Amino acid sequence: MATTAFEPVISTAWGTPQSWTMDAYKKRGGYQGLAKALELTPAQIIDEVKKSNLRGRGGAGFPTGLKWSFVPKDNPKPKYLAVNGDESEPGTFKDRNILSHDPHMLLEGIAIAAYALNVHTCYVYLRGEFKFPAERLNAAIKEAYAAGIFGKSLMGKDYALDCYLVRGAGAYICGEETALLESLEGKKGWPRLKPPFPAVVGLFGCPTVVNNVETLSSVPHVFTRGAAWYAGLGTDKSGGTRLICLSGTVNRPGVYEVPLEATFNQLIFDDKYGQGLPAGRKVKAVVPGGSSAPILSPDELDIAMEFEALKVKQSMAGSGGVIVMDDTTCMVRSLWRIARFYAEESCGQCTPCREGTPWQARILRKIEEGRGEPGDVEQLSNVASSIAPYPPIGLGNTICALGDAAALPTHSFLMRFRDEFEAHIREHRCPFGDKPWGAFGDWS
Amino acid sequence: MAESLFTPEEQKKFDTEIAEILSHYPADRKSAAMLPALRLMQDIKGWLPPEGLKLVAQVLGVTPERAYEVASFYVMYHLKKPGKYVIDVCTNLPCALRGAEKMLAHLENKLGLKAGEANERFTLRETECLASCGTAPCLQINEDHHESLSRAKLDELIDKLS
Repeated sequence: MATTAFEPVISTAWGTPQSWTMDAYKKRGGYQGLAKALELTPAQIIDEVKKSNLRGRGGAGFPTGLKWSFVPKDNPKPKYLAVNGDESEPGTFKDRNILSHDPHMLLEGIAIAAYALNVHTCYVYLRGEFKFPAERLNAAIKEAYAAGIFGKSLMGKDYALDCYLVRGAGAYICGEETALLESLEGKKGWPRLKPPFPAVVGLFGCPTVVNNVETLSSVPHVFTRGAAWYAGLGTDKSGGTRLICLSGTVNRPGVYEVPLEATFNQLIFDDKYGQGLPAGRKVKAVVPGGSSAPILSPDELDIAMEFEALKVKQSMAGSGGVIVMDDTTCMVRSLWRIARFYAEESCGQCTPCREGTPWQARILRKIEEGRGEPGDVEQLSNVASSIAPYPPIGLGNTICALGDAAALPTHSFLMRFRDEFEAHIREHRCPFGDKPWGAFGDWS
Repeated sequence: MAESLFTPEEQKKFDTEIAEILSHYPADRKSAAMLPALRLMQDIKGWLPPEGLKLVAQVLGVTPERAYEVASFYVMYHLKKPGKYVIDVCTNLPCALRGAEKMLAHLENKLGLKAGEANERFTLRETECLASCGTAPCLQINEDHHESLSRAKLDELIDKLS
């Protein structure tokens, strides 16, 4: 449990004047964490990050300090830092806010991480569609070069550090860390087999740490306020706060910074956050961590939105994307939308995913359009199982986790709403008619 | 080859910016600059004509096939000349829950195009997630995001395009 009183850490400057400039960042204490970190040895910096209990915010939730400690010290090759800003999971839109409102927080985290890891070149990989965040980040990088953060001398130290922004070109798979490295190497984003892990063989065959934007943006605070303070904000196994993206059928969607022990019910109904559903509507299902996370029922929403609590429910906190569906939403059509996404974004490298993801989408479309036949639900379940069985999570039949991500929603929708799929087939139509999208589906 | 592809101003822009891009990579890893180099070519020409792909490949020391392989993998590269305005409408789950399907249908009627079709003025595409789920429904026109779109706001936006 948290031992420090909750306060927002990452989002404090959002919406304040000129928050994205170096002047404003320094005025609110920016780059003091870097100054403190530079008084430590690289090993001490990694130890502090371990003590802070910071866990990766990209989806897997791996302890950050531990990840950093996997980089071999005796490898003579150059080491690289790659920042994962390829935010493309439906329901997730937090990194965009960090980059648009507070890019220097990320750059400070980059500088600390680079120094700790003996990295002299960092690439920030942003999803191609992020034109505006990229402009803000590029301007911040220029300011950081001018201020002697990047360049030949890191804050006066004899330590050169370069930071470059690379924009992707529209491929969700490039958010997978090894696909991101392939893309950074100028290739199509085909994930690599692991091991070897990037910490040992990464970019250009050299040791590479891949960290999410939110993860690195959290790092300065570990040094500004101390590892114990940061750890105290969170739970036993996970330090700090978390950015949660709330979308779907709620009155006030948006990005909210919450304590790790906050529950889904608080997020959805609290006045500070989602402010509930429109009058007369009830929650039917909630996607707890980006479109790939198995859904929760309304009676499961009193659990914390963090890694361990969701593991118990055989779901995952993932990238922090919470999507709410109300009781007038068609679950077949919802799953079809998710399935289309994975079919579109499969890189095509592994047969179960390449063939299975469009197959799922075709069956779902058929059922939703009233052309379903007896046996379709079993077929759908078999196709999903051939991509990745359920449970357990994370042991799919493909090189990367996109296969798991594509199969998990199918398994969980079928487990919880099988009746609805069967009603579509029995009635040869969608029971929701032309209003399958609930309270806000009638756009005007 | 390059003379017929570029005007003198375009050539200058390409030469200056490709040199900057290449300086970001180790000297023996020029091919890593593929994505930014293709983006630069597309910024200049509006799409990736075959001669443009060949030039990028030549500058990076790879075969044209390799440049094509990469360009065809990513959805933001245009291997055919698109309309003046490329409109990408997100219809994924969070946007669909806020009316994106109806918004796309409205746009199809308004433009006289089905998603996936193009004319000289517009290319209309159904796309997958633009990371604006909290301000859905949304779309992108060329590279600019437009969010929280009501019918009136969308109509005004489209009517302003020349």
